Amino acid sequence: MSFLVLEGLTKRFGDQAAVDSLDLVVEQGEFVSLLGPSGCGKTTTLQMIAGFVEPTSGSILLDGRDLLAIKPSQRGLGIVFQSYALFPHMTAAENVAFGLEMQGVPRAERSQRVSETLALVGLAALADRYPRRMSGGQQQRVALARALVIRPRILLLDEPLSNLDAKLREEMQIELRQIQRTVGTTTILVTHDQAEAMALSDRIVVMNKGRVEQIGRPHEAYEKPASAFVAGFLGKTNVLPAAVEQRNGAAVASIGDGSWPLPAEASGRVTVSVRPEKIAFIDQADCSLAGTVRTRIFQGNHWLYQIDTACGLVTVIRQNAGEMMPAEGAAVRLTWRPQDMTVSPAGQDGRI
Amino acid sequence: MTAVAVSRGWTPWLLAGPALLLFVGIVLVPLAMTVLLSFHDWGQYKGIEPVLILKNWREIIDDSYFHEMFARTLRISVLVTLIAALLGAPEAYILNRMKNPWKGIFLLVILGPLLISVVARTLGWALLFGGETGVVNKALLELGVIEAPLPFMFTETGIVVALSHVLMPFMVLSVWAALQRLDPQVENAATALGASHFTVLRRIVLPQVMPGVLSGGIIVFALAASAFATPAIIGGRRLKVAATLAYDEFLNTLNWPLGAAVAVLLLVALIVIIVGCNRLVERRYAQVFQ
Repeated sequence: MSFLVLEGLTKRFGDQAAVDSLDLVVEQGEFVSLLGPSGCGKTTTLQMIAGFVEPTSGSILLDGRDLLAIKPSQRGLGIVFQSYALFPHMTAAENVAFGLEMQGVPRAERSQRVSETLALVGLAALADRYPRRMSGGQQQRVALARALVIRPRILLLDEPLSNLDAKLREEMQIELRQIQRTVGTTTILVTHDQAEAMALSDRIVVMNKGRVEQIGRPHEAYEKPASAFVAGFLGKTNVLPAAVEQRNGAAVASIGDGSWPLPAEASGRVTVSVRPEKIAFIDQADCSLAGTVRTRIFQGNHWLYQIDTACGLVTVIRQNAGEMMPAEGAAVRLTWRPQDMTVSPAGQDGRI
Repeated sequence: MTAVAVSRGWTPWLLAGPALLLFVGIVLVPLAMTVLLSFHDWGQYKGIEPVLILKNWREIIDDSYFHEMFARTLRISVLVTLIAALLGAPEAYILNRMKNPWKGIFLLVILGPLLISVVARTLGWALLFGGETGVVNKALLELGVIEAPLPFMFTETGIVVALSHVLMPFMVLSVWAALQRLDPQVENAATALGASHFTVLRRIVLPQVMPGVLSGGIIVFALAASAFATPAIIGGRRLKVAATLAYDEFLNTLNWPLGAAVAVLLLVALIVIIVGCNRLVERRYAQVFQ
């Protein structure tokens, strides 16, 4: 049976729908990310699950029980806030112990579970320290321990890593994933960082303007984006205008001076998005687009190109395989496989 | 050392000079003179004699009249501080949770009295409760709720009530400032961990605004102990406190040295209490809020 079920979940602020009939099923032990730009409704969704925001309509079922009928203080969810929201007047251990105290866990068991959980997040040595005297990463671990120690039915993470610097964030991502695997708690992560969502989650829910654009595994969503928005938000992509016509009973898309057989049904004017790393340089071929190298940037393991074409600027990423690469100003032809294209109706701009 | 270095060394003194001179001229010198004055002799017919004796100090220490006066001042100040804390802290919390525009309107209602003279506000209380002609007393009498007018004028209760009202904004402001520093998510975090609303207030919010309550308490206490206008109007000359006592010695009895001794004692007592409390607060919360 499905563990957490959101059905037609909607939240309106005045006329504005912050979340618009969201449907989501989460299995026990799964790590799901709500990903989207700010204002897409991901945090509101999380707050409705936590009980801090009342939905306008829709239902939330946890293990078959109606979650909305339960007070926020009785839902038994672990939450890690973006600001960590640690209790500044309590030590790390007291912070972690607070939830157990509220549950009426006896003192002996309480202190044992607190030290176990602090050890799990690697903070056993700092139990008696106050939050003000800890680094951001350490505070983050305390917040995580505080949420985990109550053995929550669901762990909700609200942009937990966004206040950390890049290096620390990467370390915490790996650690977060390991801890989640160890304890096996069903986890919902809210983030605007696509790399974070892809690194951590079993499935990603890409949201835009209160609606779900796509739900899928990270690799699947990246390779087969359901819309130009998803393609643009998950990693970089090139958006090219194309005209579709029928030739010998098959659909063919004309892009600039080249033409590609279309993998999907389409007609008229469409928008095609192609990932920069899927584009290759070629001497002469049918499926290719002419252009001139405007800039070439060497980035160690790969080259980053900006190519001027009839369809505008196209970004190309090529692995550094130790070969000679086209120089700036050189005339080149770009090619990619038909299956690397994502086709969407024209006018739908994939860029953010 | 170069000329530049020398002039740099003097720059802070030069910049602070005018203010320093003013401070020395109108605070330190008169204060020193008042202290000196408290050791002078005074007689009904000889006036002030510039000698150094302990007569005034001995009188204050030996005479139970003065003990009562200072005990009353302390009692009133402590009560006013407690009332201001008990009413002002919840007031600030409720105010902070209000939505606009109510938040702004009620903040104005609370702070508005600061714009009105203390004398006018105290006279208001006197109009409401003063004897049989006070509006509230009159109404209650006519309704038959009470048989004799509620005693208010010339009572300690009266002074405590009026002073609490006059000084409440300082407590509200101080707690308000502490509440502003609170992470709004902290209350949600505690709720999610299973705490009831009351527990959140007691275990999470109160400890964090305690420094605000305590510093507000220090301000209210200091102002209550040295308040003059309110005790003078409500207590009159029948119920004196340290400040009105000093005033009377100066302007009615004309015994300046004794008045000076009372004033200096009040000042010293206040400084000892406030510095002591401040130390306590700083030590108690240093670890958490540094």
